Amino acid sequence: MISSKLRQKWAVTLLAWSVALLLAFPVFWIVLTGFKTETEAISRVPHFFFHPTLENYQAVGERANYFHFAWNSIVVSLGSTFLALLLAIPCSYAMAFFPTKRTKDTLLWMLSTKMMPSVGVLVPIYLIFRDTGLLDTKTGLLAIDAMLNLPIIIWMLYTFFKEVPREVLEAARMDGAGPLRELYDLLLPLSMPGIASTSLLAIILAWNEAFWSLTLTAAKAAPLTAFIASFSSPEGLFYAKLSAASTMAIAPILLLGWASQKQLVRGLTFGAVK
Amino acid sequence: MATVQLKQVRKSYDGFEVIKGVDLTIRDQELTVFVGPSGCGKSTLLRLIAGLEEITSGDLLIDHQRANDVAPAKRGLAIVFQSYALYPHMNVADNMSFSLKLAGIPKPERDKKVMEAARILNLETFLDRKPKALSGGQRQRVAIGRAIVRDPKVFLFDEPLSNLDAALRVRMRLELTKLHRQLRATMIYVTHDQVEAMTMADRIVVLQAGIIEQVGSPMDLYRYPRNIFVAGFIGSPKMNFMEASIAQVLQGGSVVVALANGATLSVPAVDGMAGAGDKVTVGIRPEHISLASSDGISAQVQTVEHLGSESYLHLNIASGELLTVRINGETTVVPDQQVQLKMEPRSLHLFNKEGSTMRSLPTSTA
Ligand SMILES: Nc1ncnc2c1ncn2[C@@H]1O[C@H](COP(=O)(O)OP(=O)(O)O)[C@@H](O)[C@H]1O
Ligand SMILES: [Mg+2]
Repeated sequence: MISSKLRQKWAVTLLAWSVALLLAFPVFWIVLTGFKTETEAISRVPHFFFHPTLENYQAVGERANYFHFAWNSIVVSLGSTFLALLLAIPCSYAMAFFPTKRTKDTLLWMLSTKMMPSVGVLVPIYLIFRDTGLLDTKTGLLAIDAMLNLPIIIWMLYTFFKEVPREVLEAARMDGAGPLRELYDLLLPLSMPGIASTSLLAIILAWNEAFWSLTLTAAKAAPLTAFIASFSSPEGLFYAKLSAASTMAIAPILLLGWASQKQLVRGLTFGAVK
Repeated sequence: MATVQLKQVRKSYDGFEVIKGVDLTIRDQELTVFVGPSGCGKSTLLRLIAGLEEITSGDLLIDHQRANDVAPAKRGLAIVFQSYALYPHMNVADNMSFSLKLAGIPKPERDKKVMEAARILNLETFLDRKPKALSGGQRQRVAIGRAIVRDPKVFLFDEPLSNLDAALRVRMRLELTKLHRQLRATMIYVTHDQVEAMTMADRIVVLQAGIIEQVGSPMDLYRYPRNIFVAGFIGSPKMNFMEASIAQVLQGGSVVVALANGATLSVPAVDGMAGAGDKVTVGIRPEHISLASSDGISAQVQTVEHLGSESYLHLNIASGELLTVRINGETTVVPDQQVQLKMEPRSLHLFNKEGSTMRSLPTSTA
């Protein structure tokens, strides 16, 4: 009995580690490659041991202004998350506490928009951006990222809000709280952990978003995804420099994810365990 | 002064009617209990009064003013939920003063009211605690305190004791009745437990499937149930029911009924309501049957339950019907024993085919 449980635990641990290693390896390899010389980087025999060099980072630094891209990424990911939350919170509140017959369908429909390939709306959105002067602006990218993440954010907030007993809100209503007070004094503080993990996820998604950043921005508003892309096609040897650039692009978000692991896991597994 | 009147109040969810035309007056300073089986619409009715649900049709009057469209907070009512619904992130004092704060009452006055409620409810030492750090009974008292500080016209309680253990429930029951006397407040109390209803109520409203079956004082309902449902619902152990038919209609408001086992009983009934041959149901409470030495209805004991102060006999009568009898705790009756039962005619209830009583009711019972 105990031994079979123990064996099961070992098996799960082993599996978890294998999957984690499999997922983490490419990232690990990129980081490693960033410190190699270009010759080492393309060598057919993988080098695990080598003399680390910073020359790639120097090269990358000379070619592009990292901080310009990083700043754009920060503004866009934080801004889009803020904008999306601003829209999603009242929306999820209404759906969670004043559902109608169509609420469930609406939620599903919103999520289903995520299944549509982005290229499908590339031309109309590009034209709208061109005509409204939003091309290559942080505002434009921020808005599109917010819209992109809105379904997931609404869905997550909806699940978190559902966890707040409706009677608590009703008690507040009896006590004289209007909808805004209900939101501000009760719902938001009570679902703060959920809102935090939702925001984290939204920031990460916006940070990593490449398709629209590449098509809708050029020099001015380009975020870090564009920064990486700019290293993907120069002449000559470039693997090591590309790796260095990638490392610089993903480092902030990796650190953020690392620091907020607990929140993220809680947010992403929410409802799954019940 | 605080009265609540319901006039032909109906509530439907998606076309499905849950409250089916309720007429009711809640009197000033009375503790009115809504009682009925789970799902009969008690909570819905309470929430309609509170304003948490919209009334589909009919009128709600609070102090003679139509209140259908008045916002919940403006009705001057306070509700205590079964789940307590405390604000988890606020301490006890803040929980209680939240409504006062929203009403813009200055802090010194707020503190005074909170202290006063805390004193009444023995919560003075818990004011700084979060709800998480309180026991069930304490949370319950905070929820009541939150209502008290608002000095509401009417207190609404939705099964406030059902999450407490049995001993605490009995104690809180007493405390609530005491509180009711102390505050001289009008209260509406919802429960599915007829014992709570009987022990606490000034007036009981028995509900079933969205309809009021009967309204009256606890003893009125006990003595003069209007129909089989109320008869079976009020009182514990439940009233016994036996199928019978009218054998003879006597002069002066009495009938002789024949039970399925052939025994006959004379039962009071309203003149002219019965004709010979009618199918009826005879009801008698377990405490109104006694054991006779001879010359009664014969029955066989199936099981004996000893409660110490009293015993319940479960008996078979010849018709196959099962009766419960409450007798003295020191009884020596054993299973399989044959006994004779005596039933006082005055304690017998008679119901027609539709389940309505055939006895006359005092005018106080609606
Ligand atoms: N929001 C709602 N939507 C649909 N049906 C409801 C809703 N609330 C209650 N009901 C239905 O109304 C009936 C009465 O419910 P309720 O008042 O909670 O009963 P009780 O409190 O007496 O147990 C039940 O059949 C319940 O399913
Ligand atoms: Mg209920």
